[in-house]
Amino acid sequence: MTRIFETPLYPYARSRDQDAQATIRHPVIVAGAGPVGLAAAIDLAQQGVPVVVLDENDRVSHGSRAICFSKRTLEIADRLGFGEQLVQKGVRWNLGKVFFGDRKVYEFNLLPEEGHRRPAFINLQQYHLEHDMVSRLRQLQAAGAPIDLRGRNRVTAVVPHPDHVVLTIETPEGPYALEADWLIACDGAGSPVREMLGMGFTGRVFEDNFLIADVTMQADFPTERWFWFDPPFNPGQSALLHKQPDGIWRIDLQLGQSIDRTRETEPERVKARLRQMLGPEVDFELEWVSIYSFQCRRMERFREGRVIFAGDAAHQVSPFGARGANSGLQDTDNLCWKIKLVLDGTAPETLLDSYTAERIQAADENILNSTRSTDFIAPKSANSRMFRDAVLDLSAAYPFARPLVNSGRLSLPCTHDDSPINGPDGLADGPSRTRPGSACPDAPLASGDYLLDQLGNGFTLMGLATDAPGISGLRVVDPGGRITPELRARYLGDASSALYLIRPDQHVAARWSTADGATVEATLARVKAGG
Amino acid sequence: MTDLVLEPNIDRPDDLYADLLEAHEGLDEAASAALNARLILVLANHVGDRELFRAALAAARNAGS
Ligand SMILES: Cc1cc2nc3c(=O)[nH]c(=O)nc-3n(C[C@H](O)[C@H](O)[C@H](O)COP(=O)(O)OP(=O)(O)OC[C@H]3O[C@@H](n4cnc5c(N)ncnc54)[C@H](O)[C@@H]3O)c2cc1C
Repeated sequence: MTRIFETPLYPYARSRDQDAQATIRHPVIVAGAGPVGLAAAIDLAQQGVPVVVLDENDRVSHGSRAICFSKRTLEIADRLGFGEQLVQKGVRWNLGKVFFGDRKVYEFNLLPEEGHRRPAFINLQQYHLEHDMVSRLRQLQAAGAPIDLRGRNRVTAVVPHPDHVVLTIETPEGPYALEADWLIACDGAGSPVREMLGMGFTGRVFEDNFLIADVTMQADFPTERWFWFDPPFNPGQSALLHKQPDGIWRIDLQLGQSIDRTRETEPERVKARLRQMLGPEVDFELEWVSIYSFQCRRMERFREGRVIFAGDAAHQVSPFGARGANSGLQDTDNLCWKIKLVLDGTAPETLLDSYTAERIQAADENILNSTRSTDFIAPKSANSRMFRDAVLDLSAAYPFARPLVNSGRLSLPCTHDDSPINGPDGLADGPSRTRPGSACPDAPLASGDYLLDQLGNGFTLMGLATDAPGISGLRVVDPGGRITPELRARYLGDASSALYLIRPDQHVAARWSTADGATVEATLARVKAGG
Repeated sequence: MTDLVLEPNIDRPDDLYADLLEAHEGLDEAASAALNARLILVLANHVGDRELFRAALAAARNAGS
């Protein structure tokens, strides 16, 4: 059987650009068609910005990688038009079990907050996500959106100029050149573009190796997340069992520091390990095996003139907490509307400095969280192991210790508290979770719709118990006659009225108890000017 | 936050100290260290307040030679 990641999805085809007399200039070129590059392309094309995507490959990323996608990612996918496919296919789970040594220490229910259209997260193979993204891109293309995905187009040279970038691209039929007003580098952790510009990528390297195995099982395992610390079948290390769609389970086994990679990935050896873990009576089939190790690091800045970095190219985290692809999609969510305004000439280039400021804050938060998880899962010293084990022992007996158990913290969107483009918080009694810089939490509306479906792509005003002033070019969300309890709790709190100015990426730009048109317009102008 | 109490606050200090030693009796070094770790975490949860806990950490660190 050919697997999804072995099938060419966007095979090489000669482009007219390769035969042009003079080098062709495009407004935006995206280097890399991983999840982040594809998100950038869909976002821009959906807003009418012509975009060319180049990838050295012609298929979804090889093998099995990410499996957990967070609510924020699903909400972004909804705005980009492929959220439903993900949720239909994805696996939801609520029950987690934690084991220490040979015993279960506790179990927990995620008890997700009600009143959101999307679940806290889903499990879905990254190749399905990428496949759905390419389908969405094709759908946009068919509807006439200016989007061009070029397989087996490898970027081999990048020369930055003050107002454009010149790229050399290698294809099966030889090289050609292109120019771009803006280059978005989404070319992954090894980012050749980053290397070509000689930009650093510093941080912490972790020595531990992890084996991932995707297996199909006949057994009727429950849809739960099981995490083992120091289990008998993998002494001194950790293990994770997680369900994916298609009857596939992800097994993640910590292997330790000095290992023989070739030997550890031999199918017979992997199977022997798994038999110990699953028990001799469980039949399983290996779908995919690989070994990974990881770094936590980021670039010093995410923009160098007309080249902007996003996703793994800009920052890398450990997989614990599922922050790689999830944060990469938040990068392009943050970036694309800003590029569009700059290209339209309605915002100065300095607006893009807020991309760097906000997404570096997010990258640091993600690195901090994933480093802490890593230190809990794979303690680096005898002392840190002692405290880790103390927490686990206590967690079996007392609820207080359970929040200290860290096998990966759920990826939540960062609140950009000190962003240069935050407007005023004129709602002293308002809920903290919707202060300026926050990603808008979803809420059901009286109409039966969900709030987030009413937002996005442009700036929006929402008035609660106050009228939103009419301003040309600003969409107004009317929550309908009745303010639902969730909407009230999340956006009003103890305030009697509220007016929210919401960015195209569904983040709160400013809020007031009430404001006139001139105030809102002045704030909007300041946001667009980059603060 | 309430200030960290660094004045005498233990009623019958000799008895409490004896409780501490007794809890460790017969334990080897590793088991003793593990018990201490659990004890710190139990007390830390009781304190709850991070600033207060950090003040306690600093006080403990300062007194070391
Ligand atoms: C075991 C594992 C588990 C993970 N689990 C999760 C998870 O649960 N949740 C999560 O959010 N993240 C997870 N991640 C991280 C996630 O896989 C990455 O963060 C994500 O793939 C990054 O996407 P990207 O588009 O930035 O880069 P990539 O997916 O690496 O894509 C880069 C693209 O650029 C192309 N390219 C490279 N060089 C060139 C060039 N010179 N010219 C043209 N194209 C080029 C490549 O072909 C590739 O298609 C996990 C990772 C691993 C390894």
